[in-house]
Amino acid sequence: MSGEISRDEVAHVASLARLRLDDNELDTFTEQLCVVLETAANLNSLDLSDVPPMAQPYPLTNVMRPDVLVPSLDRDEVLAQAPDVEDSRFRVPPSLGEAP
Amino acid sequence: MSGAQELAASIRSGVQSAVAVADASFGAINERDDEIHAFLHLTKQRAQIQAQAVDDAVANGNDPGPLAGVPIAIKDNMCTRGEPTTCSSKILEGWRPPYDATVIGRLEAAGAVIVGKTNLDEFAMGSSTENSAFGPTRNPHDTTRVPGGSSGGSAAAVAADFVPLSLGSDTGGSIRQPAALCGVVGVKPTYGAVSRYGLIAFASSLDQIGPFAQNVTDAALCFDVISGHDPMDATSIPNPLTPTLPTVNDGVAGMRIGLVDELMGEGIDDDVIARTNQAAEALTAAGATVERVSIPATIYGLAAYYLIAPAEASSNLARFDGVRYGQRVEGQNVAAMNVATRSAGFGDEVKRRIMLGTYALSSGYYDAYYGKAQRVRTLIANEFATAYESFDLLLSPTSPSTAFEIGAKSDPMALYMCDVCTIPSNLAGHPAMSVPFGVGDDGLPVGVQILAPMLEEARMFKAAKALEDAAKGMS
Repeated sequence: MSGEISRDEVAHVASLARLRLDDNELDTFTEQLCVVLETAANLNSLDLSDVPPMAQPYPLTNVMRPDVLVPSLDRDEVLAQAPDVEDSRFRVPPSLGEAP
Repeated sequence: MSGAQELAASIRSGVQSAVAVADASFGAINERDDEIHAFLHLTKQRAQIQAQAVDDAVANGNDPGPLAGVPIAIKDNMCTRGEPTTCSSKILEGWRPPYDATVIGRLEAAGAVIVGKTNLDEFAMGSSTENSAFGPTRNPHDTTRVPGGSSGGSAAAVAADFVPLSLGSDTGGSIRQPAALCGVVGVKPTYGAVSRYGLIAFASSLDQIGPFAQNVTDAALCFDVISGHDPMDATSIPNPLTPTLPTVNDGVAGMRIGLVDELMGEGIDDDVIARTNQAAEALTAAGATVERVSIPATIYGLAAYYLIAPAEASSNLARFDGVRYGQRVEGQNVAAMNVATRSAGFGDEVKRRIMLGTYALSSGYYDAYYGKAQRVRTLIANEFATAYESFDLLLSPTSPSTAFEIGAKSDPMALYMCDVCTIPSNLAGHPAMSVPFGVGDDGLPVGVQILAPMLEEARMFKAAKALEDAAKGMS
């Protein structure tokens, strides 16, 4: 594991995360992420092969509830907060091809 | 303004009206919050209705509850139906949630009066509350200094005496560190003890809601009200919890308390170490046995946290895509709209953590970063478990320093270091709290941290009360 991340990798990660960065931002973020990842590299000195990973602190699994109808959120109230709505649905720009 | 317990007692017995107390709170906010900027939004109408309902209950001989008429401020990452909830982010500006967080319902059922929503570092990512899209909060003890963060607005609101109680959220220290810097009590409960339904998620395996208060008894009272099982939160602990208020004055006689070696050395200011040693002496004088204990894995906590928290954040914050709520910046197709919305809506620290997390989770790096950090987490939990075989509680500083100047820590890593003492409890899921204990060389408040095993809040509050009593004796 390297403690560093290249400018190209930062650009790639930004695109995966649906973020657009300009050239200055790319430079700054690359430098800052390198520092954090160098600190993370401290963990390399530990032999953790026998230690199991921990995803969360309290061991609850398969939390179920009784199959009983309960009121859900008011649809109109929810839709009133959306940026764009049509016929009781969230409206978005085209997902394929060019805009009409 | 009196403490929460005192206020509730006087309102329940009809000595004061809840409406008058709410007015006094808004009066204090109006007088000084231009300077402090603890609040992003005041919920005056909702407060008026709730205060009137409390007064009506008293007039009709009904009990409005243990927090009757107590004004309380809420960190603005908890949903309040119909009232703005921004997470201090432009991406949620103007959004009004269609539901209340579970803690909001519990507080109001107990008679509390919600007066407003407080400032935070955007999406609770930060340690100074400078990183808010709506401007920084200032420390009421010295307005050139930060209040800490990320729950800086909630800490400052209590420290400035706008309200006797507030709620924050703590993912890596975001309640305890601002409590220390503002000279108030701040509690991070056991993971799963307080419902997170309606808390906008940052890092789901770490986040926990908890109270700020002007004294330990009020913090215990508020914790007892907000804690307990909630079927709406799948991580909520189903077992009944032990109430903490009835035993808060029981003292520490016979308790074994460990002072954590690794958090008493490098990187911690001398005046903070001196105060923590004094706190250890005070607990000894109160009848506890205090010894040093080594928990070596705590020094890896920071590195593990800054992989785990961003990884979870990168996943949680994927939902802010301009489709269902908040701001949208138009684009010619969905992907372009998503990118434009997120790029304009998120601030730099949020972008930084999303990218860090996306990288730590990405193919080829998952095992080296996220997987390794999760193993360190087990290591820390195991070492805590060993320590708790010999000790009832642990003690450390809360923050490496007192409140620093606004603008003093411009590089991200310097700010991340603020959480070094508080992070291990989040990784292990254990409760911990900060109690004010004297001042540093600069005259600003110092907080000491009490750490407890899973679900031992009652024991933790006893020690906190003993420290609070000892601190009163010093001044």
